[in-house]
Parts: sequence; C-alpha cells; structure tokens
Amino acid sequence: MSATSPPGAAAPRATPAVSRQGDAAVVTIEDLYKNFGSLEVLKGIDLAIAWGEKVAIIGPSGSGKSTLLRCVNYLEVPTRGHIYLEGELFGERLVDGRHVRMSERELASQRKHIGMIFQSFYLWPHLTARENVAIAPEKVFGLPRKAALELADTMLAKVHLAEKRDAFPERLSGGQQQRVAIARALAQEPKVILFDEPTSALDPELVGEVLKVIEELAAEGRSMMLVTHEIRFAQNVADRVVFIDHGVIVEQGPPAEVIRRPSHERTRSFLSQLLQDG
Amino acid sequence: MFAAVLLGGAVVSVWIMLGAFSVAVVVGLFMALVASTRNRPLRFLVTCYVEVFRNVPALTQLFIIYFGLAQIGLRLQPIPAAIIGLGLGGGALLTEVFRAGIEALHHGQREAALAVGMTPLMAVRHIILPQAWRIVLPPLGNYSMSLLKETSVASAIAAPEIMFYARQLVTRTFETPLIYSMTAFLYLAMCLPIGRLVARLERGSRSWQ
Amino acid sequence: MIQFFEIYVAKLPEWWPEMLAAAGSTLLLTGYAFGIAIVFGLCLALAKLSRNRVLSRAATLYVELMRGIPTLVVLFIIYFAIVPLGITLSALVAGALGLGIHAAAYVAEIFRSGIETIHRGQREAALAVGMTPRQTLRYIVLPQATAIMLPPLINMLVIVLKDTSICSLISAPEIMLRAKDLASTYFRPMHLYVLAGAMYFAMAWPLSLMARGWARRLGRGRHGA
Ligand SMILES: Nc1ncnc2c1ncn2[C@@H]1O[C@H](COP(=O)(O)OP(=O)(O)OP(=O)(O)O)[C@@H](O)[C@H]1O
Ligand SMILES: [Mg+2]
Repeated sequence: MSATSPPGAAAPRATPAVSRQGDAAVVTIEDLYKNFGSLEVLKGIDLAIAWGEKVAIIGPSGSGKSTLLRCVNYLEVPTRGHIYLEGELFGERLVDGRHVRMSERELASQRKHIGMIFQSFYLWPHLTARENVAIAPEKVFGLPRKAALELADTMLAKVHLAEKRDAFPERLSGGQQQRVAIARALAQEPKVILFDEPTSALDPELVGEVLKVIEELAAEGRSMMLVTHEIRFAQNVADRVVFIDHGVIVEQGPPAEVIRRPSHERTRSFLSQLLQDG
Repeated sequence: MFAAVLLGGAVVSVWIMLGAFSVAVVVGLFMALVASTRNRPLRFLVTCYVEVFRNVPALTQLFIIYFGLAQIGLRLQPIPAAIIGLGLGGGALLTEVFRAGIEALHHGQREAALAVGMTPLMAVRHIILPQAWRIVLPPLGNYSMSLLKETSVASAIAAPEIMFYARQLVTRTFETPLIYSMTAFLYLAMCLPIGRLVARLERGSRSWQ
Repeated sequence: MIQFFEIYVAKLPEWWPEMLAAAGSTLLLTGYAFGIAIVFGLCLALAKLSRNRVLSRAATLYVELMRGIPTLVVLFIIYFAIVPLGITLSALVAGALGLGIHAAAYVAEIFRSGIETIHRGQREAALAVGMTPRQTLRYIVLPQATAIMLPPLINMLVIVLKDTSICSLISAPEIMLRAKDLASTYFRPMHLYVLAGAMYFAMAWPLSLMARGWARRLGRGRHGA
C-alpha cells in the first residue's frame, strides 16, 4: 500500500502497526525549538514514537505540551529542528542540502496522514456528524461521496455513535462531539494520532465514554501521542510517559517508573499536586 | 485657487451635515419614543415612516422636497431643502438605532438599580444612560460619516456645497481630473478623522462589554 | 388631494412605459454593480486576510479610502476624469463600475468579518485532516460565513439599488433621469418623483424585509443552540 493511497481503498486495517515500513519510528522529533516572539516555549525536544507505541505526555500548564503536538503536524512552524514522519522529512524539503518550507498544498498532503484530536473538538457546525467524518475522505483523499459516507458510518460505529450520524454537532453532548472528532481522525487512516487533552473540556460524567474509545483504539495497536492530565488513564494505556516542564523533557520511561517512582523532584511535585487536585 | 473655492463649499457641506444631523437626532429620538409606547396606530405610523424613508434613495427624497413641493406652492431654498431631506432620511435610520438602545434598557437593569436603593432618576443617570450611550454611539458616529458623504448629493438641487462648486469649476476650467481628485481628497480629509474617532469609540465600548 | 390622484389616472398610461423601461435599466445597473462589488470585494477581503503584508496593506488602504469618498465623487472621477486618459465609457458602464468598486470596499468588510467569526480552531481542524487552505475556505469557512453574511449583503444590495439613482447625474438612463425628463416635459415634478420613489420602494422593501427575516432567524438559531 503506497503512502498516498486513500483510506477505504482496502478494508480498514485492524492493526496498522503490521504495515510498518522498515524499522524507522513513525514520528521522530529532532532538536525541536519553538519561540513565540521572545517567549521560548520549547527548548530542544528529541523524541521518537515507534510504530504502535502509545506515548503519554504530561506536564504543568503552560509547559509547552500543546505546542509540541502542534509542531508535529506543523500547525505551528518550529523555530528550529525537524519533524520526520516514517523517516521522511515533514513540512520541509531539502534543496541543495538546505531545509526549505513546503507549500501549503504539499504540507496538506503530508498532514492527511496524521490525525489530531483537539481539546475543544472543533467539529464543523454546518455539517452533520456523518458529513464531518466523510468530508476529508471525499475532498482530501478523493473517495467517491458514497464510499466516503460509508466509511464515515463505519468509523462512527467504531466510536459507538452509529445512531447519531445525522445529528448536527450542536445537538450532541461534549462526549459525543469528541467521539465524532475521533471518528473524523480515524477516517484519515492516520499513521499516528495526536490527542491534545481530549477530555479536559468535558463534564466529569462524560469523560469515561471518551477514554473508553481511546483505550479501544490503543488496543488496536495504533501509534499515539497523548497529552493528558488523566494520570491513571495514562498509566493504563501508555507504553511510555514523558514529563515535560518549561519546554524540555525532564524524564521519561515506562508508566510504572515515571508515575510510581519518579526520579526527579519536579516530576514528583507535579504528580503529587495533580493527585491532590484530582 | 481651486482649493479656496472648494473649501468654501466644504463649509456649506459641514453646515448641511450638522443641520441634517440635528434633524435626524430629534426626529429619530421622537419616533423611537413613540415606537416604544403601547399605542398601536402610532407605532404603525412610525414603522411606515421608517420603511418608506429607508427604502427610497436620498436623491429622490431631495427632489420631492425641492422640486415636488414647489409644484404645490411650497418653495424651499436649496440648503434648507437639503437639511430637511437628508435629515428625514437619517431620522428613519436613527429611529432604529435609538429603538435598539431603548430596548437594551428593559433588561431588568432599572429594577436592579432600584433594588440597591437608587431613585428612578439616579437609575437613569448612572445605569441606563451610560449603557444606552455606548450602544448608540458607534452607529451615530458611522451615521455622521455617511451623512457627510451624502451631502454631495445636495449638489443636484443646487445647494452650494463641495460637489456643486467642483462641477462648476470643471465646466469653467476643464481641469476635470485635478478638480475631482481634490474633491475626493477634501472629503477624505474630513471623513478620516471622524472614522478614526468612531473606530476608537467602538473599540472602547467593546472592551467594556 | 383627489385632484392629485386624478392626474396620475390621466397621465400614467403615458408615463408608465417609459418609467418601466427605466426601472429595467436601474435593475440592470444594480445587478452589474453588485456583481462587481461581490467579486472585487471578496478579492479585497482575501487580500486583507492574507499573510502577504504588502497585499493586506494595499487592500486595507483601498477600503479606508473608498469609505471616505462619496459615491458621487467616485462616479464623477470614473465618468469625467478618466476621459482625458483616452478611455470613454458609456454612462451605464461607468455607473456600474463606479458603484461596484465603491460598494466593494463595504462588501470586503462584510466578508472579512464573516470569515473572522469562524473560530480559528475550526480552520486548524480542517488543516489537520489534510485540507489545503483553499479547501478550508471552500468547505469549512465560506458555507458557514455565508449564512452570517447574507443579511448585511442584502442590505448592501439595497444600498447599491438606491445609489443607482445618482447615476442620473452622469446621465445614465435610469429611473431618476427619466423622471426628471418627464417632470420637465409635463411640469409635474411632484407626481413623477413620488412615482419614482414608489418604484424604488417596491424594489427595495422586499429585499429589506428578507434581510431582516434572515437575520432574525439566525439570531434565533444561535440562542436555540
Ligand atoms: N500562538 C501563540 N502565541 C503566543 N504564545 C503562545 C501561543 N501558543 C502558546 N503560547 C504560549 O506558549 C506557552 C505554552 O503553551 P502550551 O499551550 O503549549 O502549553 P500547555 O503545556 O499545552 O498548557 P495547558 O496544559 O494549559 O494546555 C504558554 O505560555 C502559552 O501562553
Ligand atoms: Mg495545552
């Protein structure tokens, strides 16, 4: 299957991890810096996400977690450093050994392989749940409309919302909206999914249904980067936990180590504060 | 030399604008108050006035007042005709502006003010007017700017304002591009400061909201 | 008073065909001018929102300038002042062009604010699924912005319709010019200008009602959500 073939061309794969190409990581973040004006938000992040790996990113508010995710799919352009998707340079091309930014069009054709879930869902209010999910397969991947809608139905079933397919976002609860947003990302058949605090905007009683869906996806062996404040969830789902503070990775490792026996003082105080609040 | 003539016209333009603005404010306020009463026939009349004047061109209104009234024996000078014509048109616009201002006051603000022990007069002075003012100010500012530009139409009934002199100068000297660009510049020079002021007021009222 | 109407009864058969033809020109003029305003206005709005500094500055300057100059002056510049440059336009074409490029400045502001009301996150979500900026505009932003922009755009159409009346001052053969001609032939200015006013009203009022109805429905949709 070539990198540009549309989703649904083959039956949805149960375990995307199987189709790994070589041993390259799915996402590689290399020496990443990001400034907003004089504010240095990310200060040299190096991180590789292996195929099928689930990486949870935790850290205090304002530490740069969202910025990190947004740099991965170039919604923010890094100040320095590079991103690789399957070992291929992302958002840039090499011209005479120099890195040059891609055109928006080229960038779009790379972005379609990365799914993103936002804290506030950002469903498109003028489209039904089904259309929200179908529009990228149709307009971006070029599926016929009918096939795109069928794919959307499949994806909505996956997030247990088959019966809500004709509802507009404003008629859905927050948890349902977020699940539609997940279906929308799944319809891209992404190589990796970026979650930016997917449950932070939800009422407490709605958090469970969204976490359950994410857990199911994790069980399928998908590659994920997951920013979250749900420590217990991170512990259950993640293969690796990365703690970020002030724009640098302070420590990382298996959840059991980082969360149970953090070796850095900063991690410890962050975790104890979080557990107190929660 | 051209500039002096045009500036003379500009003074008249400003007078027409100020006159029409006053007429519009008085008429608009009156109509808005009438519209806020319970009297149905009166409210219907106000609606008719607003709809008619909002949906007929200013030029047509001016021609009716200047040429039309003359036919039935009421002969107005160009400047008063322009002031009345533009003022009545603006009055229809401001009726809606003021009505929106008045409606915004009905949101329990008055009761809340009375509840904390203000007299009705204090409620009007400290609570209601300041709010109504902020609602009404930006559209009033916008209106004054578009009114100034609209005075140019009064040249069609020979009111001696900027455009009137510009057309006269053109027929005398044939310096067409020069004179009309000077005219455009003159209007710009008068409108831009008003526009700036309006923008500042709008920003002010938004930060307050 | 009755006498006043009797004159209409007597003269209307003579006036009506000419006035009706003039109303046709008015509508044509309105259509062309508004078409120009929409197309040019959208270009201006996109230029204004673009990341290219020069482009957005130029568009902003254009909008500011146009909003400070009376329509009539723009019209006169296009019709009279451009002639020495060797371009001659018919009064109708000059009228449509003048009204169009003037209204474009206001239309651009309507488009800009309509586009800006769509939350940035929605645009980012579209980019994230791999849409190009153009696809994002087409499938996500414009469909939503259109609903919001429709009432102010219809109001703008009414303004353009009313502004066509000043094209009579450059002798474009529309309602006011015909009314003026007939008024001087028949010495009945009151009758003819009231007739002209009624014709404008008949065209503009339904549009105004439509704009208001649509705006009200939008408002209700918001609150109902
Ligand atoms: N577009 C921007 N322009 C300027 N500053 C920004 C921008 N985006 C983020 N920042 C700043 O960068 C810092 C890091 O923001 P970021 O959103 O990445 O933090 P975070 O770790 O996701 O925090 P939270 O847990 O609150 O979501 C903050 O100080 C924020 O104010
Ligand atoms: Mg964040």
